[in-house]
Amino acid sequence: MNKKAMYTKVSERHEPTTHKIKNCCCAFISGGTLAVLAQLVFVMFNENLGMPKDESVSAVVILVIAITALFTGLGVYDKAAKICGAGLFIPISGFANALTSCALESKNEGLIFGIGSNMFKLAGSVITYGIVSAYILGFVRYFIGV
Amino acid sequence: MNVKFNNVYVQSSATSVGPMEAAGPLKNKFDQTYPDLYCGETSFEKAEQQMIKDACDIALRKKELTPKDIALSIGGDLMNQLGSSIYGMRHLDTAFIGMYGACATSSLVIGQGALWVEKLNKPVLCFTSSHNAVAEKQFRYPNEYGVQKKETTTFTVTGAGAIVLGNEKSEIQVRSFTVGSIVDWNFKNVNDMGKAMAPAAYETILSHFEKRNQSAKDYDLIVSGDLSSVGFSFLCDLLIKNDVEIDNKFFDCGMMIYDIHKQEVFAGGSGCACSMCVSIAHVFELIKKQQLKRVLVVATGALLSPILVQQKDSIPCIAHAIEYVGGNI
Repeated sequence: MNKKAMYTKVSERHEPTTHKIKNCCCAFISGGTLAVLAQLVFVMFNENLGMPKDESVSAVVILVIAITALFTGLGVYDKAAKICGAGLFIPISGFANALTSCALESKNEGLIFGIGSNMFKLAGSVITYGIVSAYILGFVRYFIGV
Repeated sequence: MNVKFNNVYVQSSATSVGPMEAAGPLKNKFDQTYPDLYCGETSFEKAEQQMIKDACDIALRKKELTPKDIALSIGGDLMNQLGSSIYGMRHLDTAFIGMYGACATSSLVIGQGALWVEKLNKPVLCFTSSHNAVAEKQFRYPNEYGVQKKETTTFTVTGAGAIVLGNEKSEIQVRSFTVGSIVDWNFKNVNDMGKAMAPAAYETILSHFEKRNQSAKDYDLIVSGDLSSVGFSFLCDLLIKNDVEIDNKFFDCGMMIYDIHKQEVFAGGSGCACSMCVSIAHVFELIKKQQLKRVLVVATGALLSPILVQQKDSIPCIAHAIEYVGGNI
């Protein structure tokens, strides 16, 4: 083994410990709490306000997106996300934050070349592969006839 | 490559920094501090330009100079096309050179400035800047994007530093400049640039000692630019393996500008302004007080291109060293 390769291997022992278990626990608790809250709101919309089931689901999703966008703008979301991690990233709140943060970041470059073209910089992949996988699964379902 | 200077002195210097730096261990040592990242401007990019203007303005005023007395200004930053340096200096009517060496720009502009001072025998203004939000926007994610950052990530310093070099004798002499070569040990993790930069610092330090026929014993202090805790420990490991006596003389600017245990800066500070502001606010003060006689500042830079890294290429790095000597030697 040459000197460079040996030293490169030496570098591994300087890596700090990652807090994987702590992060998993934080994500589990925060993501779970978010889901329970959303479920409560869903029940409220569905049973107390008499909304149909599918409309209630959409209303809850819109509400989560709106709150995330607001908190991103207020500069609170990224602080919460540092602690919660995947708990906030995996639900629709992560997607809403990706859109809002990109839009905020490019607001100084104007409406067209700034917000308009940069808004989907991060969330674009989600949409692209969401549509692609929907197509593939759609074809699979059509031909197999599930 | 090493160049020795006979007649280059630091005439004056100044720093302008943001809120996190002003709350760090070097607080009260900066010339100007701002309570937020906007510095009274409408965008982060304009804020960085404002800090450059402040640092240059204060440095010139300290020595009672006007832009007309300056033969040349040399500067650089992290923004694409050196936006902050060029836009920040466009109203100053002097000859201008923009340089890019990532976070190693600070030593690069000082070394280049010293070369011009030897040639012209006139004052030269050297400055660098970096801004946390500008660098995040360009190299990483949007500022409000909520992600858990890795422990090895560095935190870009918000600030600007300016130094006026000249041939009038002063307490701080710029004695030599070692230009580093591009070092690539095939590290690919953009969230751990300290580790990628450590080999560059290591090679520049050894080359400096060899060319100058010196060893670590000749120095009172040797600081690396922005290796952060991970890269710095790796550098120390490499140096020990080569029988360099570390002796408590080696430090890292990225760990001096912030309190990495109390402030939320992950592995430490980085950016062009990191080594520049620590040199001016801390190292120069100690040389002036005659607590340090000979100091080596090894600014380190990760010369990565975001596009090439996305194409699975590695992170080439560079380090440039400036040797300062207390004027009384």
